[in-house]
Order: sequence, then structure tokens, then C-alpha cells
Amino acid sequence: MKKLINSPENVVLESITGLGAAFSELIKIHTNPNYITRADAPVENKVALVSGGGSGHEPMHGGFVGRGMLDAACPGAVFTSPTPDQMFEATKAVNGGKGVLHIVKNYTGDVLNFEMAADLARAEGIEVEAVVIDDDVAVKDSLWTAGRRGVGTTVLAEKICGAAAEAGHSLKEVAALCQNVNKNGRSMGMALTSCIVPHAGKPTFDLPEDEMEIGIGIHGEPGRTRTKLKSADEITEVLLQPIVEDLPYKSGDEVLLFVNSMGGTPLLELFVVYGKAHEILTRQGIKVTRSLVGPYITSLEMAGASITLLKLDDEMTKLWDAPVLTPALRWGV
Amino acid sequence: MSNISSSQIFTWIERYAAQIAEQKDYLTQLDAAIGDGDHGANMHRGLQAILVKKADLQNTDIGALLKGVAMTLISTVGGASGALYGTFFLQASTLAGGKTELSPREFGSLLEKGLAGIVLRGKAAVGDKTMIDALQPGIKAYKDSIESGETMEQALSKAVSAADVGLSSTTPLIARKGRASYLGERSAGHPDPGASSTVLLFRSAAETLC
Repeated sequence: MKKLINSPENVVLESITGLGAAFSELIKIHTNPNYITRADAPVENKVALVSGGGSGHEPMHGGFVGRGMLDAACPGAVFTSPTPDQMFEATKAVNGGKGVLHIVKNYTGDVLNFEMAADLARAEGIEVEAVVIDDDVAVKDSLWTAGRRGVGTTVLAEKICGAAAEAGHSLKEVAALCQNVNKNGRSMGMALTSCIVPHAGKPTFDLPEDEMEIGIGIHGEPGRTRTKLKSADEITEVLLQPIVEDLPYKSGDEVLLFVNSMGGTPLLELFVVYGKAHEILTRQGIKVTRSLVGPYITSLEMAGASITLLKLDDEMTKLWDAPVLTPALRWGV
Repeated sequence: MSNISSSQIFTWIERYAAQIAEQKDYLTQLDAAIGDGDHGANMHRGLQAILVKKADLQNTDIGALLKGVAMTLISTVGGASGALYGTFFLQASTLAGGKTELSPREFGSLLEKGLAGIVLRGKAAVGDKTMIDALQPGIKAYKDSIESGETMEQALSKAVSAADVGLSSTTPLIARKGRASYLGERSAGHPDPGASSTVLLFRSAAETLC
């Protein structure tokens, strides 16, 4: 294992400490338990947004804390859900009296721990709603499984709902909006190489030089199929088609096209994928009116990409365009 | 039949920590096959954190002891296991407030209360390939044995056997809960890591509570 770390035990704490030092005007780092808040938290009379999850997906979620997005983020150990005490302390720290929304990616550990934290917060009289994001079309949605995983749509939901909270919407309204974003967002990813979890020290899975995994999860969970490596154009088609068919996205729809790096794939390649995806959608009469390209929900150093589509309405578009000021996303300010 | 003291309860947890430490790599290996390969390491971290608090936890009633165990697991294990094992001990603690000893029958009620908490939190049932596949039959065997007038030793020995049978039953199952469920049919052929660590909970009880 070749990694720019001091030790697997300290990598999360050292990383969030560095994040806090780099963006001290925007965010504040709390330790024991670990969580990150807006520097000006709690914001009085505003619905607060709290998210969190295992580390290793940077900049999600800590990089999305700030004005117009999250009020707090709880980083767990690498690829391990954070614990209820972190979420509970974060919820208390950012509650501005208008309630707190928990945005939770659909993984069993995340869901259970956020449920426990919500119970603790409600017992202290804090109004808490939770929305679970489950947008990964690679997983069969079934009553007999843990359901679809939460991936790319999480980033979009945090931005859009953060703007709604900033605009003064109520907790019920922000939660309903978050559900709506989840309902209209779909994603799928692929891997060219495995990631290496620091405390494991070896690749999570073996992927031969000439193969790729289609439908990979952000923790290296296996996907739909493993096939011979193809061209970027062909891979884009393979990812996009099941996404488009799943909602389905139709001719005349306005969408946000989000092409994300798994961590190891450079922008040079991401824009190749973006260009092809844009061409395919345009050919089908689907109008790409907003876009996001870059490493936003990663899987350590995994090479690969994911595509997320979000069907937009006027309200979502307006909220997407609203000002945001966080370490990883900022515009309009 | 003699009662279970609070110091015996702590000894039970200590023995459990030792067994988890011993089986850490095996549990992780089971989890790597169908989950994300951290069950052994996560459980080990949580139980070691409990041992650090030995001085505080030893000199208290069983309710506070179990609550301390629960809160430590919840805040240090992470993932689904921390929430589920934590819920088990937290719910069990609610029946032991202020008590310094438990009758074998009361101990059975505590276990059942803990199980109910896990079922409510995890929304899983027997056959889903989870820790419940070992926990539920183990507790039932213990209760049935105590009800029929058998000794603590007999009851716990039967609990270990029933949990072991439950664990074996998970091997051919297709997972319906947790990360293993993403694998669908590929999850069959592997025992469930959570059911494996649950068997150790009974085994350590059998070695310390009678």
C-alpha cells in the first residue's frame, strides 16, 4: 500500500483537522465526538441540515458544510457509519429552533445510527426529520434487500435542500423537497481499479488490468457485471441507459447531469464522459439545463466514474442556482 | 438455584471481549466475503473501550453496567453492529435498574427484552441471515430450559448449542438485510458474521455465569 498518510488510525482526525485549518472562515471542527459545523452555527430561525457517513468519500460530506448547504457533517471511520453520539451532538450544535433535517444515505449502518440519534434528539425536544437517499440503479430495489444505495443524488439533495433552508422554508417543506429530489434522481457508477481501505492495506477487490466493474458501489461493493474494458463512449452508454430507463427520463424533461470521479479518474477523462452523456441525452430529447463535473462523492483512490441524472422543475433549478459557500462547492457569492 | 451477580455480568463481558479479540481476524474474514470486512475490527474496538472503563462499570448496579456497555458499543463500534449490539444491551439494561443480582429467570427476560430491541431497530426476522438467526433460538433454548427447572449450566449450554445451530443455518441463506443483501444469491454459502459474534456472546455467558 502506497498512501500519503501517517497511520490508518489517525487518518480521519488528521484529515478533518486539515480541512478545518484550510477553511476556518467557513467551518469549525469539533472532536470527541467528531463533527464539522458551519463556523456561524447555530443559525437562528433556519432549518438545519445534518448529514454524515463513513469517511473516504471526500469532499462529501465535510466539504459541503457552509452557507447554502449543510449545517453539520459527521465523519465516521473510513467506510464505516458514524455513531449516534456524533450525530446527536451535531444536531444539538446546529439546531436554530426551526428543526433539523438528517440526510442519510441508504446503508444499514447509516440508517440505524441516524435513527438512534434522531430518537436521542427528539427526547431532548428537538424536532427532527430524516430523509433516506437511495438512488443507485445498480441495485435491485426489493423488499427483500437493504434496498438501493445512496450515491450521487445525495450531493444534489444537500445543495438544493440547503438553499431551501437558507430561503426560510419549514422543516416539513425541506424534508418534502429532499424526498422529491431523491425521487427524481438516479445514479450508476463503474470502477477501473479498486480502492484500498487504509486499515485493510490491500485492494478491496481484484480487478484484472483489462476488466472493469459496472454498477460499483462507493465502498467497492460489487456491481451488476464485470466485463472487458471498453471505450469511454461505450462505458458512458452502459451507465446512462439503465439510468434513463429507470425513472424513466423522457423527451422534453429538463435534467441536471452530474458526472463524478470515484477519486482516481482525472477531469480530462470525466469531461470525455460528460460530452458523450450530453450527446446521448440531447439525441433523446432530454434537455441538460444544469451540470456538475468533478470528484464530489469519491471512493478513496478508486479509478472510475459515476453518472447521476436529476429531473429538475423550476423550484429545484432556482435552488440549485442559489448562492453556496462551502469548501467544495461555491458560487453566487 | 443461585443468582447472577453484577460482578459476574462484568466477567461475562470481559470474557466476550477476550473471545472477540481471539476471533477478530476470523470475523473480519467472514465479513470480507459478504460484507465490508470490518466486523472483527469494529467489535474488538468497542469491547476494548469497555474494558478501559472497568473501574467505573464494576462498582455499579446491573442496569447501569449494561447501559454503560451499551453506550460504549454505540459510540465506538459504528456501522450496523454498534447500533444493534448497543440496542441489545440498552434495552436489557432497562429491566435491571438498581439491581445487584438477577435470578436465572430475570436474566432470560433481559435477553428477550434486548432481542425485541434489535428486532425493532433492525426490522429483521429469523431467516434473513443476520445475528437474529443465532440470538433468537439461543434465547429461546435458555428460557425453555430454565422454565423446565434445569440448572443455569444446562440452560446456557443448550443456548450455545441452539445459537450454533442457528449460525449454521445462515450459511445457505440469501441475505435480506445489510450490505450482504447487495450480493443477492452470491451471499449464499457463507455464514453470517453477526450470527458468529452472537454465538460467542452465549459461549462467554456459559463460561462465566454458572
